[in-house]
Amino acid sequence: MRSKGGQLAPYGMVAPYLAHFALITAFPVVFSLVLTFHRWNLLSPMQWIGTKNFSAVAADPLFWKALGNTLRFLAIHIPLQVGVALVLAVALNQRIQARGFFRAAYFLPVVVSGVVVTILWKQLYATETGTLNAILLALGLDRVEWLTDPRIAMPAIAVMATWKNVGLYVILLLSGLQSIPRQLYEAAVLDGAGKVSQFFNITIPMLNPILLSVIILSTINGFSLFIEPYVMTGGGPLNSTLSMNLYIYRQGFAFYKMGYAATLGFILAGIVFVVVMIERRVIEQEYP
Amino acid sequence: MRQALLKGLFYTVLVAGAVTFLYPFFWMVLGTFKPEAEIASLRLWPSEFTLHSYRAVFSKIPVGRAFFNSMLVSSLITASVLVLSSMAGYALSRLTFKGRDIVFGLLLFTMMLPFQITLIPMYVLMVKFQWVNTYQALIVPGMVSAFGILIFRQSFKSIPGDLIDSARLDGCSDFEILFRIIWPLSKPALITVGIITFVNTWNDVLWPIIVIREQSMMTMPQMVALFAVGGQAEAQVGNILAAATLLAVPIIIAYLIFQKYFIESMATSGLKG
Repeated sequence: MRSKGGQLAPYGMVAPYLAHFALITAFPVVFSLVLTFHRWNLLSPMQWIGTKNFSAVAADPLFWKALGNTLRFLAIHIPLQVGVALVLAVALNQRIQARGFFRAAYFLPVVVSGVVVTILWKQLYATETGTLNAILLALGLDRVEWLTDPRIAMPAIAVMATWKNVGLYVILLLSGLQSIPRQLYEAAVLDGAGKVSQFFNITIPMLNPILLSVIILSTINGFSLFIEPYVMTGGGPLNSTLSMNLYIYRQGFAFYKMGYAATLGFILAGIVFVVVMIERRVIEQEYP
Repeated sequence: MRQALLKGLFYTVLVAGAVTFLYPFFWMVLGTFKPEAEIASLRLWPSEFTLHSYRAVFSKIPVGRAFFNSMLVSSLITASVLVLSSMAGYALSRLTFKGRDIVFGLLLFTMMLPFQITLIPMYVLMVKFQWVNTYQALIVPGMVSAFGILIFRQSFKSIPGDLIDSARLDGCSDFEILFRIIWPLSKPALITVGIITFVNTWNDVLWPIIVIREQSMMTMPQMVALFAVGGQAEAQVGNILAAATLLAVPIIIAYLIFQKYFIESMATSGLKG
């Protein structure tokens, strides 16, 4: 059926999106690519330097440090997140009272600003006055330098990030658990399979597509780690919590190295893409 | 016997989880009413309630202005996303036109594009437009959402074609069809997109930190983050917690009221995103 506005009406409907796309997506992507071949501080004219930005990144110890830190963060954050989410989702999936309350409680940190969560945990982690160390002392243990020991600061941030996000993944896994047909478990019981065997032979394989989404989402979100180290540690101690995004932010908006920061952005995007591809490949091979 | 034991184990896990997720928030909110010396102690309830932390925050930073900025920016972006994204979603789901598949392709491209690629050139754009330290810089980049378009497109597909056809015979334009007929039938999609857009905009902090340097134009998360990092809080934990509470409370209240919608909406965005 022809619409009353004639052939132009559909274009009127998508025009705002297209204009927005041109300004906020297409132009920046192209310009970002141009920037990677230039040196520019926003004030003096842009200077063509070929691929020097890329070779500078490869030789930049702080880039490797930031990349290593971010990967270290992911190596702790993702398994912790999947493990905790799985335990809580399985517990929520039993016949229990007050399921709605528990769900809502676990989800609360997800909706609250990362700035609030970071401020809160910075106090909990404080060496002299923090609640965590007060608990350790009460148990007769020694204080831990959560945010001032370079070996511990990044794992501490990874634990906090898990606390902040895990509620979302609990909900995703719970809806996955609820969609597994009861008959599968009933058949397994008839075959004499115990609870543990049911979990590994039915639950995990059936949850696989959602587990994959959870892992990929955590990876993408994890690579955007910024405000947590920005507020908590400023990237320290000894750059041990300098994340990729924090480093890009510094190069771009503290040192105004536009070309170099754009190059870092491209490289990071490429790394995210490769890591997600590897995860997808590995998981699909393990559980086809 | 084993059943009961297992059940007890599950409840232990669930309750331990609830304490872990809720205790820090209680500690934070109650901490804002404690005298400074008491905050570090394990004791949760204040010996006396005082408002000195809040008074200090309001006297040190223009937090009311930041609250207004955040409300304004989040509301305008949410309204704009609902209108403009539903328009595109309508065209993509209910109208046929040349280039429709291309538009859909652009949409998927936008969804998959990591923001790290566009961050630097977006800032350059804001500088060239002289939009640094303005509302435009905070609002314009968020005015349409690719995610919103996809949700609307999906939702509008299920509306019966007869309804739209008969409205058209009655002489309704596409705009009237969208806003008078489709919108009232699409409340779940509108709520989903509305909640996600508002919460994400309210909580966003990286973009404001980049394009806003003047204190009077700052949003809540930005001002609170800088207050916590910078010297203004004078290492008074009570002040920092009070600022964080002011930032958290509007979203927490909305969450307590619309809890079910929040969880469903954000779970949808998790799977689609």
